[in-house]
Amino acid sequence: MAVYQCSINGRIRPIEADDPDQPLLYALRNDLSLTGAKFGCGLGQCGTCCVLADGEVVRSCQLSVSQAVGKTITTLEGLGTIENPHPVQAAFVTEQAAQCGYCANGMVINAVALLGRNPKPNLDDVKQALANNLCRCGTHDRILRAVMRASGQVMP
Amino acid sequence: MTDQTVPCTPALNRRDLLRAGSALVVTFASGLAQAQQRNTPQLKAGKTLKTDEVDGFIALAPDGSATLYCGKVDLGTGLRIAIPQMAAEELGLPLEAITLIEGDTALTPDQGPTAGSSGIMRGGVQIRQAAATAREALIGMAAQHWGKPRNDLTVADGHVVDGDTQERLAFSVLLNGKPFALKLDEKAPLKKPADYEIVGKPLPRPDIAAKVTGQHPYMHDVTIDGMLHARVIRPQAVGASITGIDESSVKTLSDVKIVRINNFLAVVSRNEWTVIRAAKALKVSWSNPASLVGHDKVKSWMVAAGNDAAQSAGKEVLTQKGDSAKALAESKQVLSASYYWPLQSHASMGPSCGIADVRPDGVTIWSASQATHRLRGICARILERPLEQVRVIYRDGAGCYGTNGHDDVCADAALISKAIGQPVRVQWSREDELGWDPKGPPQLLAMRGAVNGEGRLAAWETEMWLPKATASLPNIPMLGPQDAGINQPQGLSTGLISQNAHPPYAHPHLAVRVNWLKDSPLRPSNIRAPGKIANSFAVESFVDELAASAQRDSLEFRLEGLSDPRGLAVCKKVAELMRWQARPSPAKSGSLGRGFSYVHYKFNETYVAIGMEVEIKRRAGAIVVKRIVCAHDCGLIINPDATRQQVEGNILQTLSRTLFEETQFDTSKVTSVDWQSYPLLTFPDVPELEIALLDQPHLPPLGAGEAACAAVPAALANAVYDACGARLRNVPFTPDRVKLALARGHA
Repeated sequence: MAVYQCSINGRIRPIEADDPDQPLLYALRNDLSLTGAKFGCGLGQCGTCCVLADGEVVRSCQLSVSQAVGKTITTLEGLGTIENPHPVQAAFVTEQAAQCGYCANGMVINAVALLGRNPKPNLDDVKQALANNLCRCGTHDRILRAVMRASGQVMP
Repeated sequence: MTDQTVPCTPALNRRDLLRAGSALVVTFASGLAQAQQRNTPQLKAGKTLKTDEVDGFIALAPDGSATLYCGKVDLGTGLRIAIPQMAAEELGLPLEAITLIEGDTALTPDQGPTAGSSGIMRGGVQIRQAAATAREALIGMAAQHWGKPRNDLTVADGHVVDGDTQERLAFSVLLNGKPFALKLDEKAPLKKPADYEIVGKPLPRPDIAAKVTGQHPYMHDVTIDGMLHARVIRPQAVGASITGIDESSVKTLSDVKIVRINNFLAVVSRNEWTVIRAAKALKVSWSNPASLVGHDKVKSWMVAAGNDAAQSAGKEVLTQKGDSAKALAESKQVLSASYYWPLQSHASMGPSCGIADVRPDGVTIWSASQATHRLRGICARILERPLEQVRVIYRDGAGCYGTNGHDDVCADAALISKAIGQPVRVQWSREDELGWDPKGPPQLLAMRGAVNGEGRLAAWETEMWLPKATASLPNIPMLGPQDAGINQPQGLSTGLISQNAHPPYAHPHLAVRVNWLKDSPLRPSNIRAPGKIANSFAVESFVDELAASAQRDSLEFRLEGLSDPRGLAVCKKVAELMRWQARPSPAKSGSLGRGFSYVHYKFNETYVAIGMEVEIKRRAGAIVVKRIVCAHDCGLIINPDATRQQVEGNILQTLSRTLFEETQFDTSKVTSVDWQSYPLLTFPDVPELEIALLDQPHLPPLGAGEAACAAVPAALANAVYDACGARLRNVPFTPDRVKLALARGHA
């Protein structure tokens, strides 16, 4: 059993794992009780498990605990809380941009990364930024509105 | 968080119920519900679960708070706000005073599965009636207390109020800690819509803030003390048997247990990643029965099975009016066309997950099932326990849109927990979910029709090939128990798939026939808008084909045969929003088109009209949906924003099903088991949406959870035809099919 010192939501968290290839996702959910990132496919195809690593979107089912060492990881919980949400989270609440909400983690994480590199995206930019994140409930239109709102713009 | 394990004994004792209370509130860790946690009343031992008792649904606590016990569950659909709105309105309670408990079989009455768009229409209406009964009883108590006629009294803010003196008596004072002990009065008067203060408001859902901050406790996030992780190793082929297991293949992994019950095979470990590796590493050999037809042969299989005495479940005439055969024989031009809807997966974003704790004194199951009460019976049967010993606790899952793998995964967990005597969490993989969730059944429809000399619909015949649902089947056979060799009810479940099979427009001669089939190519279940989605696709496409053959405007062709004012209203609303210009299809542009479709769901529920604008990229065979307009009348609207969200979801999910989705399988097993082989609609495909909700405050509330789905596919097919003259009759509308249709006129 090795210990991997990972920076998660501003703290160094030791993660014990007997396999250096264990995806970060399972450590977040089972060892650190950070369940915002969800298991959706384990194949890097759906985006429900996204986290930020040094400000870039990473799929935590594809990032091993050993690779996570040295990166600054931010999860959905690290962005904000119910009482004090991140502006993107607040915009999702205002637009009521979740049905089952299982994909919401990936949507919020990708939106935060997008607005970090492009604070005033147009609608097509937002669609492209979320192109690899799946939603089954059909909440896409509200998610787009929420991201536009978070950027201080209205949906065209 | 850790949920407490609460074995459910025949009579729940007070301590258990208090522990149950601590487990229950985690469902509501946000917004409205979080505020309510402080007021959660202590649960009373021996609470009734009867649907004809007010106490089955409502408990008022001495502190003024109220608990609603709801057998229906919020599947991401907004019931969690809408049902409290209905109860608060009738009972004269502030919304903030209400805590909603959903689906817990030890606490909520069995109101049937949360299916068929029945959450509000039946579940909510039942609770509303309980609330009205409770209000009338409270007014009666206050009238007696004050010695005043009850007509002078009203309710507000958790109090009965004397209209003359403005004197107030709190509900809690009137009840004095006692239950209502009252039968639900079907005739208790309902509040007048003009007086509504809470119903009809677009109040925000209480779960969203927690869902977007990682605080919402999903089924997948539940842990209980001593819980082990398990993965089920599903057969290499449908119906396969284990011929060998090489246990040494997982020897390098520590802490792995193998559980085998006949052909049911699972691996168990304390560590989730270990068990995932073990499931992958374990070498198992299987027989290969090769018993399936293959997805590309389903249509011909259906027709053959309909004519094969061994596979046919009979032919039935569902509707007959006039003499369609004679009318068609006498028509100058008879059109005929067949339409096919493929098998589809529920394709939930989160593969199914469940926890079971099977103990000698009771069984507790944590589940995201849309039918917790039904699941309770399933688990009791497969574990051979009395029903009273089994409790199912609901937790939100990923959206299921019907019976997906949520029930199966709990049956898996129950079998494993029973075998090892410890609580077990089973998480399906992506491959499990797309491969093994019960599938929406295939549907084949052949239409014949004719238009008379005045260009009106003269005669219509529908012939369908449909798997036949087994009468009185308590549940579909569960995968795990099937492989374990456990005796369970056998048969098919499909939902009501033969409805909406003819046009709702006046026509003198009509026949609808069905060839029932004994089997379906893969285990079927209900999937959103069961059957109606395919039937409406075929019917509304063929109406369009007939209108085009008569060189009529397709909307005018429909409207002249439609007399239902609510139907007319939704159609006209869409026409107005689309600035519909009357002309025959196809349009002249060759690439831009518009389409229309209308459905009166089940011919007695919600009214929906949809218009679509598309562009066809001929070389790529691509359909670009540019705009979708929908008018929707589901009677009284409880929460307009939650309703709108359901309609949006119906539209976009069905656009996905129509453009992209077909479960593929060879003769052994499903082969479309990831998001590349089973693609969904993505953000770049999302069109502009415009939705008009037509409120009917004086009419009963109907469902909004699935009706709009049914109008989507034909609106799209009709728009494609209008754009380029190519008729799409097979779902999904892949680029290959579009190109084929462009070349030969149809595909």
